[in-house]
Amino acid sequence: MKTTLESVVIKFAGDSGDGMQLAGTLFTDTTAVMGNSIATFPDFPSEIRAPQGTVAGVSGFQIHFGTSGVHSPGDTPDILVAMNPAALKANLHNLKPACTILLDSDAFSKKTIEKAGFGNNPLEDDTLSDFKVIEAPITSLTKSALTDLGLDNKTADRCKNVFTLGIVFWLFSEPLEQTINFFKQKFKNNPTIAEANIKAIKAGYNYALTIEAIKSSFTVLPAKKVPGTYRNITGNQATAWGLMAAAQKAGKPLFLGSYPITPATDIMQELTKHKWTKTRVFQAEDEIAGICSTIGAAFAGNVAVTTTSGPGMALKTEAIGLAVMTELPIVIVNVQRGGPSTGLPTKTEQSDLMQAVWGRNGESPVVVISASTPADCFDWAFEATRIALEHMTPVILLTESYLGNGAEPWRIKSLKELPEIKPLMLETKDANWQPYKRDNEKLTRKWVVPGTPEMQHRIGGLEKDECTGCVSHNPQNHELMVKIRKEKIQRVANFIPEQRYKGKDAKKLLVVGWGGQFGILFGAVNELQKEGKDIAFTHFNYINPLPKNTAEIFSKFDKIIVCELNDGQFANYLRALLPQFKYEQYNKIQGLPFTVKELKNKFNQLLEEK
Amino acid sequence: MEATTLQCLYKPRDYASDQEVKWCPGCGDYAIISAVQKTFSELNLKKEDVTIVSGIGCSSRFPYYMNTYGFHTIHGRAAAVATGVKLANPDLSVWMMSGDGDSLAIGGNHFIHAVRRNININLILFNNEIYGLTKGQYSPTSERGKITKSSPYGTVESPFNVGELTLGSKGHFYARVPDTDVKLMTEVMKQAYLHEGFSVVEVLQNCVIFNDKTHADITSKETKLNNQILLEHGKPMLFGENNSKGLLLNGLDLEVVTIGENGISEEDILVHDASAKSNVLHNLLIQMKLPEFPIAMGVIRNADANVYDKAFFEQMENQEQLSKYKSLDDLFMSGNIFTINS
Repeated sequence: MKTTLESVVIKFAGDSGDGMQLAGTLFTDTTAVMGNSIATFPDFPSEIRAPQGTVAGVSGFQIHFGTSGVHSPGDTPDILVAMNPAALKANLHNLKPACTILLDSDAFSKKTIEKAGFGNNPLEDDTLSDFKVIEAPITSLTKSALTDLGLDNKTADRCKNVFTLGIVFWLFSEPLEQTINFFKQKFKNNPTIAEANIKAIKAGYNYALTIEAIKSSFTVLPAKKVPGTYRNITGNQATAWGLMAAAQKAGKPLFLGSYPITPATDIMQELTKHKWTKTRVFQAEDEIAGICSTIGAAFAGNVAVTTTSGPGMALKTEAIGLAVMTELPIVIVNVQRGGPSTGLPTKTEQSDLMQAVWGRNGESPVVVISASTPADCFDWAFEATRIALEHMTPVILLTESYLGNGAEPWRIKSLKELPEIKPLMLETKDANWQPYKRDNEKLTRKWVVPGTPEMQHRIGGLEKDECTGCVSHNPQNHELMVKIRKEKIQRVANFIPEQRYKGKDAKKLLVVGWGGQFGILFGAVNELQKEGKDIAFTHFNYINPLPKNTAEIFSKFDKIIVCELNDGQFANYLRALLPQFKYEQYNKIQGLPFTVKELKNKFNQLLEEK
Repeated sequence: MEATTLQCLYKPRDYASDQEVKWCPGCGDYAIISAVQKTFSELNLKKEDVTIVSGIGCSSRFPYYMNTYGFHTIHGRAAAVATGVKLANPDLSVWMMSGDGDSLAIGGNHFIHAVRRNININLILFNNEIYGLTKGQYSPTSERGKITKSSPYGTVESPFNVGELTLGSKGHFYARVPDTDVKLMTEVMKQAYLHEGFSVVEVLQNCVIFNDKTHADITSKETKLNNQILLEHGKPMLFGENNSKGLLLNGLDLEVVTIGENGISEEDILVHDASAKSNVLHNLLIQMKLPEFPIAMGVIRNADANVYDKAFFEQMENQEQLSKYKSLDDLFMSGNIFTINS
């Protein structure tokens, strides 16, 4: 029997060495190529191999795919793949009735069951009575499928994630070809391992086909997407590509000065693969050298970027101030994670907003923008670069772990369809030029780089004379410069689009979001709107400055609720800037994204209140 | 040197900016800036092709006084900023001006890594063994027991030796010069420029206000003849009145000997090889201390090694040749792509 579904959520869960991230990624790639809408959420511990068999060591990869309604990785799985008792235990609280659980019955021994914290064997008591359970002896089946190859026990054991993937492919009638090609390519120097993986996935697929335990399979039809050519992309990859595209559109080489930090490292690793584009990647000795080299590269005429996450951002603070004072164009990407301090390195959070907007000594304004989905990290990285170069300012781009590691289909953009970026460079001597002489409209200074004849000048962190750029301790000049720097950032608002919102007829409740929770917020509001509720949604990508029509939108609604993964930072920011409105808050600080269900509950409650 | 035989494009004073120099009267920095201007003039450097990067401290005001491109950055970070400048435009001649506090305390990490990478930047390190701009606290090169405003009972920590730290960080160019000898400074700075890789020129600089005469035993007219030895590549290590004294190796230690005593002749004296691959002898020379030994001056180490920026750009050019992609569009359309029709 085949059931056709609108969308399905699958979660792969196992020990952090079980290959769950790979299984999830391979499944994602296939569903994307088959034309489904997808959203993914990898969730793993910060230890590389956390203690085996414990709940703390469980690594998960959730994917939501389907024809429509895929705005988020989904609240709870329709299918849970649990490779051991700990993986089952870690997810049990978050399963809905009738969920299908595929588990490796070989992994349920007295010892592993105890280690996971179950009192009794959950396969024998009524723990799982609400669910459809597929018990498959995955470990032993994988080993017997591979006996001909003469592999050692450990190697054969490591193919069980692929065997499991074979079962899941059958469940969803997805073809194996792409994954088989992946193995051939990845293990082209080790044909035995390639064969082992191919055998394992076919064995899993055939096992699912033949056993009677699986009574039905599902079909998920391709999504109705905007026509075009697509590929699957993660937020970090999209960020890297957006930066490369922007540098090319600006006609300058790209420079990245960076230091490895979870979850931002992938951006550096992606860029360094592409030296062929003349991208210069400098792995610095620390976060400070990362941004300082970036500032040096900006001074010398490159499109200069540094990437980091919260703790690294803290270290870069003083240098961002230098870029503010010297009015150099740099982009700082912060892939946010749970804080403070080392916090939750592999978990998502939106708690660096205040740090981005205000976290420096002195009056030190910068442009702050944020991305909202994995694929649109491309557009926002491009936009961050455009603003930096066209407004001669540091720009902070906030993404988050949830976006950086998450994936979705990206409609591929060609370089032709992207706008030109016009750096404010002055390359020949202009008699009226002064290092800090400004454009009347944007208040920007010109970018004159070393090597340009007859324009030698000096810049630095000491206060500047408002025109000559020479060191000045004049009291009036300092006050003037503080105001100029502020006004220069405010005027960026004249060069960005107006804020939009969804729900033109609504009057009662406006849902306000920012950053990477876009998909989930959109999904929740969308469902309520379909139910006929008086609700609208507006999502901010431009944080500083805010779009000019922000107050106008807010004034249309009785209630405003600001939803974010922190303790109320954007809400407080709005209170400071637009104090005439009252802001309700919905906050979650668990290192996890929102769920549609919890948001709908909160919105319904506000809609029902007088 | 070929460069010096050419007609000079600019006179030393052409490299001075229009800004009023604000170092204290009598400060050693005046001699250093004059040597740098002479060096640039003798090297025929175009003003626009020079970028001077500094950190924070008295010495770091240097760029403001030079009519080149200049960047007065933040405390300790000049090496990192200079690295970015060099990688953004490797054709620039990048000079870094820094002090003992700037490069060896707050900027120690950047210093050792810039030296280790061997990026082609010339560092002039003003060592006055004190924090001047904050008005007299001990620095990482202050001698043990030094009484300063932050060590009223004397320091209880041992100082860095700049040369030792440079060599310990795998440095390939190290020179030491007194701020009293503009001619020697100029000669050494020219060699630093010609050396491919990171060059460290330590200037024993006098802070006339907070640490006056700290180097006087080495640099004063009365003592310098016996208390300094100028090391020149390919020449015997002689010093003192009429070059009557010299250095030789006795086991694993250096020894000061007098020519003509105990059967020692000039042939027995060590000949300086700055380019030696091994830095063992260079280290012994760097570690020499008064009163047993004279202080080594001149270019002590000047050896060839892999240069970071050169390798960096060679790799980039190779990748341009080897890449299967010819454009970003190629990259974006590679791998698993799929088309949705209307």
